[in-house]
Parts: sequence; C-alpha cells; structure tokens
Amino acid sequence: MLELIVISTLNGVLFGMLLFLLSSGLTVIFSMMGVLNFAHASFYMLGAFFGFQLTRWLGFWPALLLAPLLVGAIGMAVERYGLRNTHKHGHVAELLLTFGLAFAIEEIVSMIWGKTPLDYRVPALLDFPAFTIFSTNYPAYKLFMLSVSIAIFVVLLVVLKRTRVGLIVQAALTHPQMVGHLGHNVGRVFMVVFGVGSALAGLAGVIAGPALVTQSDMAAALGPILFVVIVFGGLGSLPGAFIASLVIGLVQTFAVALNGSLASAFGPLDPSAGPSVLTDIWNVTIAQVAPIVPYLLLVLVLIVRPVGLMGTRES
Amino acid sequence: MRKLTLAIALIVPMLGHAAQAEDTIKIGYIDPLSGGGASVGEGGLKTFQYLADELNAKGGILGRKVEIVPFDNKTNPQESLVQAQKAIDAGVRYITQGNGSSVGLALEDFVNKHNTRNPGKEVLYFNYAAVDPSMTNEKCSYWHFRWDASSDIKMEALTNYIKDIPSIKKVYLINQDYSFGQSVRSDARKMLAAKRADVQIVGDELHPLLKITDFSPYIAKIKASGADSVITGNWGQDIALLLKAAADAGLKVNWYTYYAGGAGGPTAIKQTGLDHQVFQLTEGFANSGNQSAMDYEKAFRAKVNLSLWYPRAVNEMRMFKAAAEKANSVDPVKVAAALEDLKFEVLDGGTGIMRKDDHQFFQPIYVSSFGKLAANEPFDEENTGWGWHLVSKVDTPQAMVSTTCKMTRP
Repeated sequence: MLELIVISTLNGVLFGMLLFLLSSGLTVIFSMMGVLNFAHASFYMLGAFFGFQLTRWLGFWPALLLAPLLVGAIGMAVERYGLRNTHKHGHVAELLLTFGLAFAIEEIVSMIWGKTPLDYRVPALLDFPAFTIFSTNYPAYKLFMLSVSIAIFVVLLVVLKRTRVGLIVQAALTHPQMVGHLGHNVGRVFMVVFGVGSALAGLAGVIAGPALVTQSDMAAALGPILFVVIVFGGLGSLPGAFIASLVIGLVQTFAVALNGSLASAFGPLDPSAGPSVLTDIWNVTIAQVAPIVPYLLLVLVLIVRPVGLMGTRES
Repeated sequence: MRKLTLAIALIVPMLGHAAQAEDTIKIGYIDPLSGGGASVGEGGLKTFQYLADELNAKGGILGRKVEIVPFDNKTNPQESLVQAQKAIDAGVRYITQGNGSSVGLALEDFVNKHNTRNPGKEVLYFNYAAVDPSMTNEKCSYWHFRWDASSDIKMEALTNYIKDIPSIKKVYLINQDYSFGQSVRSDARKMLAAKRADVQIVGDELHPLLKITDFSPYIAKIKASGADSVITGNWGQDIALLLKAAADAGLKVNWYTYYAGGAGGPTAIKQTGLDHQVFQLTEGFANSGNQSAMDYEKAFRAKVNLSLWYPRAVNEMRMFKAAAEKANSVDPVKVAAALEDLKFEVLDGGTGIMRKDDHQFFQPIYVSSFGKLAANEPFDEENTGWGWHLVSKVDTPQAMVSTTCKMTRP
C-alpha cells in the first residue's frame, strides 16, 4: 500500500507540474486580457512538434531552447496581428479568434506531420532509471521534467513578485489605463506576456512530447483540463494555479489507484432486481471515473467558491 | 455550335466517369485515420491497398478492378455512420472495418437497416478485426461477415494454454472500457474459473478507450497487486503505451495479450527486456513456419515497409474473390450467399470455414511469444532484432465456439 502511495504521489506531482507549466501562461493571459485563450493547448502541441522536428535536425538540447522561442514568437504574432485588432470588437470576437486558431493549428499540424503518433524519443542521455523505489524504476527523464517545471515556477514567481517587470505586469492586470498613463506601453506588455505564456506552453510540449504521445490530437486531449486548473486555482493567481495543478494531478492519479465503488461501500444490490442502469452506477469504480473527477471539482468550485482557491476577482 | 461543344464537354467526362464506376469494385475502408487509433488504421489501409493492387495485377475480380476508398471514422461510432452513408453515396457496396467493436456494432446495425430499406442496393460489411462476440451471437446479421477470431475464441485458446502452466497464480486484468474490453474481462473471469479455479484475480481494471497518454498510475497499481501475469485485450496506442509504462517502471510480469504486436508494442517489449514473456494470439504471424506465408510476408515487407499485421485481411480479400467467382457475380446478395459455409485454405496454412449459422470465420489460432529469434525465424519486428516465436497452435476444430445467433435471412 505504501508503495502504491509513494509511486502515485510521484506520478501525480509530475502530471501536476506539467499542468502548471501550461496553466501558468494561460492564467496570466486570461486575467490581463480577459480572453480565455482556447488555442493555448495548441501552442503546447506546436511545442511538441517543433521539438520533434528540431530534435531530428539539431538534437534534443538545442530543440529544448529553440522550440519554445519559436512558439513564443508565433504567440506574439498572434497577439500583435490578431488579438489586438479584434480587441475593439469585444471579448467574444477575441474568444472566437482563439477558438478558430485552435482548429487551424490542429489541421496545419496534421497536414505537415500526419495524424499518426510521431516517434519522439527520450534523449539517450536521460534514458535510464534514475532511482529504484520499492523495486519500481523511476525514469531519469521524468525527474528531468519535474526539475524543469519547478525551476520555471520559481523563476516566474521571482520575476512577477520581485522585479520591476513583474510590477508593471501585475499593475497592468488590474489597472491597464493607469499603467498606460504612467508612460508604459501596455500593448507591448500584453504582447510580451502573451508570447511568454505561449513559450511556456511550447516548453511543456517539448518536454512532454517524448514522455506522452506526440500526435495531432494532443491539444484537444489536454485543453479542457487547463480551464479546470485556472478556474480552480483562481483566475490570475500564479500560486493558485500551482496548487490547483498539483491537486488535480494528484487527484487524478490517486483516483486511478482506488478500487472503491458504491457496491464495495454499501454492499451489492439485491441480485433479484436484475441488471439495470442503477447496477451499472452501483458497480462503477472510482478508477473508472478518474477522468471526470477534475470536471466534478470544477463544478463544485464554481458553486461553492466562484473566485477559486486564491483568486481575487469575481470575473 | 458553341452550345453543342459545351454540352459534349460536360457529358463526355460524365460518361467516362460512369463507365469507370461501373468497372471498379469500391470497398469502403472505414477506420480511424486520425486520433489514438490512427497508427493501426493507417497500417490497415496500407494492407488493404496492397491486397487490392495484388488482386488487380492478377486481373481483379471477374475482370473488374478493386479500389479501396478510405474514410476516417476517428474510432467514433456516430462518425462511422456518417462515413458509411458517405461511402454508399459514393457507390460503395462493400464496407470493411476492424478497429473498435463499438464501431462494428453500430455499422452492423446500420447495414441491417440500410439493406431492409433499400432492396436491390444491399451493402455487405466485411469485418476484419472487431471481435465483440455479440456481433455473431445475439446481434448477428446476415450482412456481416467476420474474419477475425471473436474475443471468446481467443480467450478459449488462451485459457487452454494457461491451464497447463502452474506458475500462473495471480492474474491482473486490464482492458479498455467499452463492449470489447468488457467481453475480454468477463470471458477471462468465466473461463479461468472453469479451467483453473486456483488462479486468483488480483485486479480487474477498465480504463477509457484510447484516451490515456501515461499508464504509469495503472502500472503502479499492477505492481502493488503482486500479480505474476496480466491479461489484456488492449490494442492500438493503449497496448503500446501500457507496455512502454511497464518498461519505464521495470515491471516484470508475464503479459498475455491479444494485440501486443501492434505498432509500438514490439519496441516497448524490447525495452522491458521481457524475453519471451509477452504472448499474443493471432491467426498467423511472420515466423509461423509456413513457407508460402513467409514468402508472402517477405514480399509484403519489401513493398509496404510494415509487418503483415492482418493475415486475416489477406484471407478476407482472397475469399471475397473466391465467393464472387463462385457466384459469378459481384452483386453483394449473391456474394453473401456464396460466402456461407465457404471453406478456404488460409494464408498460414490449414482450412478455415465461414460458418453459415453466424458468419464467423473459424481458423487455426496461434499463441506466440516475443523475444530473441531462433535460427529458422527470419523476421524481427520494428528493427528490434526480436520477433514472434511459435508457442502453441490450436487447430480449427478446437478453436470453434457455439453461437446463439438466430439469423434472419432475406
């Protein structure tokens, strides 16, 4: 049992940190611009595909640096030439733009790289078991993913809370007009933040690609859960997103490990009643419903505490 | 004059088109070409295209060329029906599909309804891989023919093999949460209880179909259960990623699988280092020892650059030709009648039969294991240097199961 708990914790923390890499950019963008960026997970996918291609050409380590930069540049271009122009038409137009963009990116990616999973391998340097715990190996690559995620979190936190740049960004979150009057170029702040957010998603893609599956539907698979993270954590709150990511990562991993069902808690139903919809619900295990647990959390949070864990604004 | 030219310009290509459509036999290939099932779907498509080319090079079927028309169903039953209608509108009278029994059941029902409503325009459904037993039992259809062994046939063969191995004591079941996965799980429980009452089932898992990208949490659970063997019907990325996660975690158990040989599976097995500890059940495999099948495999690999993962597709297309020639027609109604009780020498040797009662094809089944190759085994998989090795062969009479099908005949 202890073994299962330790391994599940490791797996859960890892998945949580990956979610955090993605949601950190999304939550800052959302609170600044009021736009739910539907294309955010697509930037994650772009990161994975760029990472794959650059790994082929230059090797993994240059790809780790270059792919996020490329994705960040695309993000900035989207903000500068897309979102900024639609901004005057209101949030719905911006939302629709990112919505359409998500589909466009998916189609373009599948046109270039095909629809089948790519053979994106873990670099040879990290392809060994880092340590063995309860006779289960923990791959070095996962440890690498974990440390990159934690490093990014620390850097982001320091930049946002301890530097002038962070000060301006934070001010622009709540009082964009005032920041503008003080002589800062708010438009450029938005563009850079959007770019950095996209680059972070790209980075997550580069490192998650070899560990998970790199294929053209990977954005659609991860997209919805990101919204759960940012709503659960509280819009615009970086520590909130961090905690929410970890909670969701752990909840999902532990839900898989649990076999409990209503039948095991309260005993089986009277067999004479025969099979029905009720027996299906009665016998379903927590492991089987693991994928929907985060969405249940989303609904609960919206009902009980609409601002999220650490959010400050109602919107 | 100009009007006449215009009219001719419009009509002539139409005539050409009509003549061409009359000549070719279109087979609608409805399978996933995107999403989690894409790797198997594309492999299947290449296989059928190879088979069609092969038929056409030898003069086609009754002098008519065969064309494979691909339709992407995204492994989604609803989408499959849309694609099936699209296929029929494009002149397809034969549908072939394999990936996902949920899709298979939907198509079987669709073809039934279509043929009732459109007499004279019947469509046949050739199933090469959807193995839910209900498709040839309570939900059987006259218009459906299955070339793959249904999951209960495979489980019968597997449990017959397992019952003689005393070292198997604790079994873990992990399957995809839909009709096929559920039937593997219930067949395994039922047949193990009957043949090896002492075997303990230490885990029984159902996970979402083709949605999991990291199986580590499941592997941790298998490890914690103390299982010595895992039985799984997983296919596509669900088996490849399951084995990959097992390799990463260093899980050492015996794997009894239906589809470990699918894309990505062999690479992951090689990584785990489980030499001849991963088993699969098929109607044929590369190193089966049958000379003509091995020659065929060699030619197939040289051209398609893939292993022949569907020997049953070869049987399907060859039997289609045989039935059409027997009926001297490519009309689906006549072909269906000719297929019933048709006996056929299968690719890997031995006689198979398309049983009239339920339209299930019965054929020899092989248990093979994956590992280092012996001297007379020339074929490896995915450049791993390892390949499939014959463990046990179950002949056609021992690989037959009864049916509850009450066929409605036209």
